[in-house]
Amino acid sequence: MSYRLGVDVGGTFTDFLLINESDGSTYTAKVPSTPEDSSIGVLNGVARICEQSGVNPKDIKLVMHGTTVATNAVLTGNGAKVGLLTTQGYESVLQVARSFCPGGLGGWVSFMKGPLLAPLELTCGIKERIDASGEVSTPLDEDHLRHQLKTLKDTGEVEALTISFVNSYINNENEVRAAEVAAEIFTDIPISISSEVIPEMQEYERAETTVLNSYVRPQVSSYVNNLQASLENSLGHDVQLSILRSDGGLASSRSTGDSPVNHLMSGPAGGVAGAIHFCNQANYENILTFDMGGTSTDVALIQNSRAKVRRETLVGDVRVKAPSVDVRTVGAGGGSIAFVPELTKALRVGPESAGAVPGPAAYMKGGDQPTVCDANIVLGLLPSDVQLGGDMIIDKKAAEKAVQIIADGIGVDLMEAAEGIIRIVNESMFGALRLVSVEQGFDPRDFALVGFGGAGPLHANALGILSNSFPVIIPPGPGVLCAYGDATTQIQDEASRSYLAMAQDITTDKFLNDLTDLKDKASQSLIKDGADDSSLEVTYQADVRYAGQAFQITVEFDEKEYKTKGIQLITDAFDDEHYQLFTFKLSDGHEILMIRAIVKVSQAEINSTSNVSSDISLNDAVIQDSRFYHESQWHDAKIYDRNKLQAQHLIPGPAIVSEMDSTTVILPKHEAIVDEVGNLIINPIK
Amino acid sequence: MPAKIIETNDSPLNTIDVDGITVDLIENALKNAREEMDALVSRTALSPGIREQGDCFPMIANREGKMVVGQFGSFIHGFTEAYDEEIEEGDIILTNDPYMCNAAVSHLPDWMVLKPVFRDGRHVAWSAMFGHMSDNGGMVPGSIPTEATTIFQEGIRIPPIKLYKKGELQSDVLELILHNVRTSQWNRFDLNALVAACNTAAKRCNEIADRFGDDVFCSTMKIMLQRNYDAMKHIISMFIPEEPREFSDYICDDGMGMGPYKIHCKMWREGDVAIFDFDGTDPQAQSSVNFYLNEDMFKMFFGSFTINVVDPQIVFNDGFYDLVDVRIPQGTLLKPNYPAALSGRTHALGRIFDVLGALLGMGAPNEMLNAAGFSDSPHLFFSGYDNKGEWFQLFQIGFGGVPGRPVGDGPDGHSLWPSFTNVPNEFVEAYFPLRVEKYEFIIDSGGAGLHRGGNGLSVAYRFLVDGHIGIHDDRWLTYPWGVNGGKPGMRSTKLLVRCDGSEEYIPAKCEDVKVQKGDLLYFNTWGGGGWGNPLLRDPNLVASDVSKKLVSAKGARRYGVVINDDLTLNDKETDSLRAEMSKDTVEDEMFNFGGTIEEIKSKSLEETHLEAPVSPTFSQ
Repeated sequence: MSYRLGVDVGGTFTDFLLINESDGSTYTAKVPSTPEDSSIGVLNGVARICEQSGVNPKDIKLVMHGTTVATNAVLTGNGAKVGLLTTQGYESVLQVARSFCPGGLGGWVSFMKGPLLAPLELTCGIKERIDASGEVSTPLDEDHLRHQLKTLKDTGEVEALTISFVNSYINNENEVRAAEVAAEIFTDIPISISSEVIPEMQEYERAETTVLNSYVRPQVSSYVNNLQASLENSLGHDVQLSILRSDGGLASSRSTGDSPVNHLMSGPAGGVAGAIHFCNQANYENILTFDMGGTSTDVALIQNSRAKVRRETLVGDVRVKAPSVDVRTVGAGGGSIAFVPELTKALRVGPESAGAVPGPAAYMKGGDQPTVCDANIVLGLLPSDVQLGGDMIIDKKAAEKAVQIIADGIGVDLMEAAEGIIRIVNESMFGALRLVSVEQGFDPRDFALVGFGGAGPLHANALGILSNSFPVIIPPGPGVLCAYGDATTQIQDEASRSYLAMAQDITTDKFLNDLTDLKDKASQSLIKDGADDSSLEVTYQADVRYAGQAFQITVEFDEKEYKTKGIQLITDAFDDEHYQLFTFKLSDGHEILMIRAIVKVSQAEINSTSNVSSDISLNDAVIQDSRFYHESQWHDAKIYDRNKLQAQHLIPGPAIVSEMDSTTVILPKHEAIVDEVGNLIINPIK
Repeated sequence: MPAKIIETNDSPLNTIDVDGITVDLIENALKNAREEMDALVSRTALSPGIREQGDCFPMIANREGKMVVGQFGSFIHGFTEAYDEEIEEGDIILTNDPYMCNAAVSHLPDWMVLKPVFRDGRHVAWSAMFGHMSDNGGMVPGSIPTEATTIFQEGIRIPPIKLYKKGELQSDVLELILHNVRTSQWNRFDLNALVAACNTAAKRCNEIADRFGDDVFCSTMKIMLQRNYDAMKHIISMFIPEEPREFSDYICDDGMGMGPYKIHCKMWREGDVAIFDFDGTDPQAQSSVNFYLNEDMFKMFFGSFTINVVDPQIVFNDGFYDLVDVRIPQGTLLKPNYPAALSGRTHALGRIFDVLGALLGMGAPNEMLNAAGFSDSPHLFFSGYDNKGEWFQLFQIGFGGVPGRPVGDGPDGHSLWPSFTNVPNEFVEAYFPLRVEKYEFIIDSGGAGLHRGGNGLSVAYRFLVDGHIGIHDDRWLTYPWGVNGGKPGMRSTKLLVRCDGSEEYIPAKCEDVKVQKGDLLYFNTWGGGGWGNPLLRDPNLVASDVSKKLVSAKGARRYGVVINDDLTLNDKETDSLRAEMSKDTVEDEMFNFGGTIEEIKSKSLEETHLEAPVSPTFSQ
């Protein structure tokens, strides 16, 4: 018997999902996260889940892990002290950044720039220069370099080193040589060079991303190494730890330690992967994911069961050029605070959040401001009179008192105010859905909407109505979906390079050779980590644009397709997508900017299944009768226990489905059916 | 005769009550639509100016032409007043002529697209967007000829015309226009992008009306305008005194040997109405540095600077225009007589913000007064033929130091314009024959103060082929002033180092300067003015600035701070230096201009290596 374990470390809870690889049966567990050292929480959970399930720890062969260690280091400013070597004349690269002040006209008046990830005191300019064409116009001055490195070393402050030279994306020889010299002087700290971390044009973004890699590297590698060691200790030496990357693939713990910058969006990527897993099995290939948590909501668009991957993302206010699942985030969640500015008397919700502390008013942890969660309680959508799976006690009176502040502020009654808060927050989440759909040329009506996260199932039906995306799908364990995602993805690695060539100048064979080189490079690390050559699946990507455009589109293809159609395969696919996005296309002028090989290790599919007992009727799942307020009137609604629901049960709305860590609302004129996988499939009643 | 809008459906739109929450929902939806316009243009435009630097601005207006969401305010009223034609569903108007649209756009390179939004045959809204085109023909590449004396030298003038008639592209007209510019392919794409953005906005307006109903949609836009009216009424009574305040500032020269030109404004309140009177501003300039200022646009500048205080999430709009009265005398730098040249208006445009900031801040200098730093958007043009014999034309916008502010130090080398960003140097080098050898802030260029002014930038361009350059910059003569005891920032300079080793300081405004392969241009921008008494700045902070090379050891003395040779702080000498310097400090000096205009001019040659301009003379 062999098992794999998905582990997702979140801010409050660490979620576990244990899967039996032969029959797909699962066990879940939740333990409090241990922010001071998350590996403690992980080991606690491993012990708990093995004990509860009776599974022998030695039978767990794969641990697949989503982690926010890297992200938290950035958000809390707790990373390493990074030294930075730039080309001489570019020492201000991080300080000046892209010269952008956020906010509209006058935004500069209040803009405060945060501290640099590599301080100016530890930044040195090096005498060297590569031309835009890749020629060395100033050779690397090694004596000068050594002198600068020694000065840096003498400060005694540098904990990680970054080298980012201008135009190194096209020729990295000076960077590579500088790294060799640096390794002679800094013998015991990690050195990251920009041409390896992110060989792409744009000196600021490349430097910032590489510095960020250095910034989180000591923490991430010590975390991963400790975790690997403790897991080996409790699960046996043959256990393999993999970490979820921002782009939705898994990486070995070794490669994570070298390039932690690829893991900054590990958390959201896990949710997306989990949603894909369940929807794929239920035969929904085109979905919008809607992951609503306490402080923010993440949405993403999935087409043909594949998430869109973006090459750039924001972590806090740091712009990172690393591939990540194209997740858009809005500052609206269950903890978002509602308020009424005195002068305009408008109702605003967020982006301020009550967070876990002091939390919503109803949680009685000191919060007294009205939150989205409080509004849900007032409306009866989040039942306060029934003990839900968790042990959170809800005080409805406190919620009412808080929401009354809003009611008084805008001059309406309590229920109308509560419903107003929900409508406003839904609208702003709808705005995020539009970003990934309408604004990218996709019609949300062609997609199903998948709601998960702590509050997603509460709002998903209402969001589905706004975006007209049906069915609305609530997967099993919507609160631990990230762990599902971790446990059901493939190990992968990639290699890329800038190409900067016009499509019409490219010969078919030369291009194929260049791709093959990249494939070999990407496969190397996987083989080093024990993957079998025959188990590798390869896809290629090219970033294409019309010459002169700054915008680019990533075209994905495989070797077989390319061999039959040649370079036209890429230009045609680009034209089609360009037309979809912008309603026009050109016939020539295609420029290939980057090429990339992505290599995945194939592994067995996991099949999830629902309860199927014909002896249990829908009525057996009813916990109690209740009611909620929707569209200005009260509706009677039954509350169901999700664990007792069976495949093919049809739940008529209005209804509430409750489970350990999540509550699903089925609105009037809608119904939900339980499918074979265990999803709740919500549709309007015809 | 004003424009006549032809509607095929004459059933009236009714103004009805809309509940507050629905207003909030529609407000959000319109805000999303506006952001979508921006996103669409930045993806589809082709020129680096619009796409990379974000030099373009969208708007959605109600049926009456009042801007409901946008950046720079509505210009539709001025346009419909001047446009003596019928407008039908499917029409899209294009214009670039400030004289034909009451300065809705203020120079010819800004092309404006305007679309009436129809729904079931009824006119319900407008969408519009303008963007700065890379070229508009005329005397010089980039079409901002400083030395132009009439608008006819500044390239093609497009009066308001229908680019689309009833949905059909008037391609003859389009080709005629594009035939007159040097970068026709860029302009074609950019114009396409502007049209696509307006079409998208129109589609979104229709979707909102689908969802909520036409009457609700149109009534809501009125309510959104009213919200701004109410908020601004309060702000005006709070911030604008009945007692008049006055302030003057200058643009340094006109690029043809005269200057400085004064911009003067007096501000006061009568009842609910704020009045800004520019009487006392110098007459119009002989060259293109005139800024034809639309009164409504000035109202918008004023509103944006103040509204953030009460509800930063408000969707800012035109609703408060009746509460502001802007008076600009005809024939001045800010309202020149046709056919004065207008293309070099960036300097006066920037200066308007320094003037406005001073007027609003002087009432509460500790909470609201920022130092000067809104110099302008320095431009560099470089054009010629590359090694393959192909024409190239580079247009770069530079950035200086953000001034010291009540909240703290000014960032170094950042943009004061909304949405602007620099273009990555690797991008510039890959597509243009030059090498950017240096891109760094200038040590000590920010004005000293309790809150340091941001440092300006030094960008060193090595030209890799022969060509011509043109430059537009200001604050080379007058200083970015300091406030509340803060010192002025360093002024801008342009140093050309020829490949034979000779050096030449070139004027801040110049064009058609020949450069040769191997020549090196140092394009140095201004530093922001300092805020507050520099002697009060924490000496440890100054020492830290020194170790960051933001301030030199010598420059630290401006703060009364003495730094040891090993770059540590010398406490003892600092104390005595500060004691010494505080004797000479003028108490509560609100503005420090670095001397009178006469003093500054007398030292011009010695300090800036350039002759002082002669005081402007004005002929009728």
